[in-house]
Amino acid sequence: MKFVDEFRDADKAHALAARIAELCEPGRQYKFMEVCGGHTHTIYKHGLEDYLPEAITLVHGPGCPVCVIPMGRVDDAIHLASQPDVIMTSFGDMMRVPGSQGSFFDAKAAGTDIRMVYSPLDSLKIARQNPDKRVVFMAIGFETTTPSTAMTVLRARAMGLENFSVFCNHVTIIPAIKAILDSPDLRLDGFIGPGHVSTVIGCRPYEFIAADYGKPVVVAGFEPLDILQSIYLLMVQLSQGRSEVENQYTRVVPWDGNLAALTAINQVMELRPYFEWRGLGFITHSAMRLREDFRAFDAEVLFGVPGVRVADPKACQCGEVLKGVLKPWECKVFGTACTPETPIGTCMVSPEGACAAYYNYGRMSRRRVVEVELSRP
Amino acid sequence: MTGRGTNWVDEALREHEEHAAEDATAASRAAGQAGSAGAPSDREQQVLDRIERARRRRPRIREERITMSHGAGGKATQTLIEAVFLDAFRNPLLEPLEDAAQLRVGGARIALTTDSYVVSPLFFPGGNIGDLAVNGTVNDLAVSGATPLYLSAGFVLEEGFPVADLTTIVASMTAAAAAAGVQIVTGDTKVVERGKADGCYINTAGVGVVEHDLDLGAATARPGDAVIVSGPVGDHGVTIMLARGELDIEADLSSDTAPMNTMIAGLLGAVPGVRAMRDATRGGVATILNEVAVAAGVGVIVEEDQIPVRTQVRGAAELLGIDPMYVACEGRLVAVVDDGQAERALAALHAHPLGEQAAVIGHITADQPGIVLLKTAFGGTRIVDLLVGDPLPRIC
Repeated sequence: MKFVDEFRDADKAHALAARIAELCEPGRQYKFMEVCGGHTHTIYKHGLEDYLPEAITLVHGPGCPVCVIPMGRVDDAIHLASQPDVIMTSFGDMMRVPGSQGSFFDAKAAGTDIRMVYSPLDSLKIARQNPDKRVVFMAIGFETTTPSTAMTVLRARAMGLENFSVFCNHVTIIPAIKAILDSPDLRLDGFIGPGHVSTVIGCRPYEFIAADYGKPVVVAGFEPLDILQSIYLLMVQLSQGRSEVENQYTRVVPWDGNLAALTAINQVMELRPYFEWRGLGFITHSAMRLREDFRAFDAEVLFGVPGVRVADPKACQCGEVLKGVLKPWECKVFGTACTPETPIGTCMVSPEGACAAYYNYGRMSRRRVVEVELSRP
Repeated sequence: MTGRGTNWVDEALREHEEHAAEDATAASRAAGQAGSAGAPSDREQQVLDRIERARRRRPRIREERITMSHGAGGKATQTLIEAVFLDAFRNPLLEPLEDAAQLRVGGARIALTTDSYVVSPLFFPGGNIGDLAVNGTVNDLAVSGATPLYLSAGFVLEEGFPVADLTTIVASMTAAAAAAGVQIVTGDTKVVERGKADGCYINTAGVGVVEHDLDLGAATARPGDAVIVSGPVGDHGVTIMLARGELDIEADLSSDTAPMNTMIAGLLGAVPGVRAMRDATRGGVATILNEVAVAAGVGVIVEEDQIPVRTQVRGAAELLGIDPMYVACEGRLVAVVDDGQAERALAALHAHPLGEQAAVIGHITADQPGIVLLKTAFGGTRIVDLLVGDPLPRIC
């Protein structure tokens, strides 16, 4: 299929893998973090690690929109959805994320009106069709989805809609990357930069990673060959002693980002002083809220939320997984108490979560796979 | 207010603690055998073994209420069936959980099955709920190796439902029954108040007769066997999703709903080495392969680039982030066949219009029991697990 198969060509993958292997210095171990959950998903879905030499380890980063939502915010959302005449709209990814009293799916089964939408704009349609209801959109995600929420709010204002509001949980990627770089637990050799976030913010915001921390960054696309090529580019930089920001995903990402999208965000939203991230704790200036001028569309202002901070279950090690300190299977409850059907931690929920990706796609013995390969006629 | 008990996390963790001791014993035993328990690959293997033990434990429902996942055909459905229905109704005829039960009545071997249809929308390209209700039950009988004979039809109708629509649905059922060579011989009608149902739901039950001595069943799959699908996968599910009109995607695609009984009769007549057949409905081909892997205690290796998928289905699935292997079909057979007879089986399927694109998509192996492995078109390896969430509710 055009625009798909050319990015999944096994011959090209073999060729790239050979060049990556040639660049490995004997005895040296390489650790690269793919920041974005979309990359984690691609890596597991296509079995990309089969192409990497043992010296290269991929560490899964915090860029999974659903994974970073703390339990307290899920509780707040369910509180909003339970208010009289409220219809809550949400992306499907959010439906299974556990709060302290269960997930959106559980709340829906118990009678609240929570509907899945594919675009925030669908919420406006629902609001117009239900003038006697109050529609609240559960807005989540990094800079990839923030512009569409901002545009939806602008559209709602232009339409004069009075029964639509946003529960804003948008977060920004740079503070999370900085938190990881400053964390003493992890020694990384480079970053596979988030592709779709960069379509909005461009590549410049990563320059501090290369300049101040001396780590190379390659902004990557989401097809398996994109990621493999990005690993190759990282290896080339390391072998030449360079640390720069490079853009592998030029077919989508402009170096300076999308000015129109950034303008829309800036018009509607501002940085919060701080925001709690699941497992990472409070990070300053790491999330967005609606500006004063748009308070008529801010569900937190209109309804009020309990805002109770709920501590993660002690056994849950999502924070360590999000920071890349633990591999999914190294978490004590991985696959036993915490599974995709009854997730305790968020990393087990979204298809972009490292634990879910590993559980659903990677839960096998590499050693035995090799044996199976050899035994095939 | 909420679906789960307030202490569901505690409960899950308590269970985890209870099993931890047992796991520790198993782990130290494994360590003793392996010699070097400290190596990361061995530690990872221990975790995998622990998960396998956790997955084999008796399933329990943690939710206090039914959620849409319980109807999705994946893990939650399986847990509901095993923890609630099988636990209560348990008997040797029910236990294999095949598409139809096999009974002996007098001297005859009879197959009995039932299925309810709640598809939304009721009318879609390639058919409507009526075709589906007849073909689905015919197929459940056919894949169990029976010749379908008689069907029942039960209707739950919502107050206000247009009679003209009902007439159209019933006409489709008549035509589908004639095409499959079965008769609808008994039925039932209920009407509920407006808002208490969504237009029209249909239940059909069917009986058929088993006229051969083959011992068919997922548990009989053996290492080396070939895995065959009878045609492109995912047409029905994607058609329904697009017919809902929520996605603003248009594609030249229609449902694959069809009776497979003549195609299956042709296959069984030509090839004695058929071990198991399944109808790839909810949960798709992936779910069936997992059922085979667990029932027979074998592994399944599938080659991604051998799975027939229409470009329209693949395109829609790529856009929506779903995997065609999990998307429902309503006229597609998954068969496990003795490898030596795979070519003959393919020839028999190719001879039928429904099976023109039949293909061998993989093999059964003795390694990795209980696990379905996919060799991706990209050249990597991953597992194919049961689906948890439900991207497509009310598909049939």
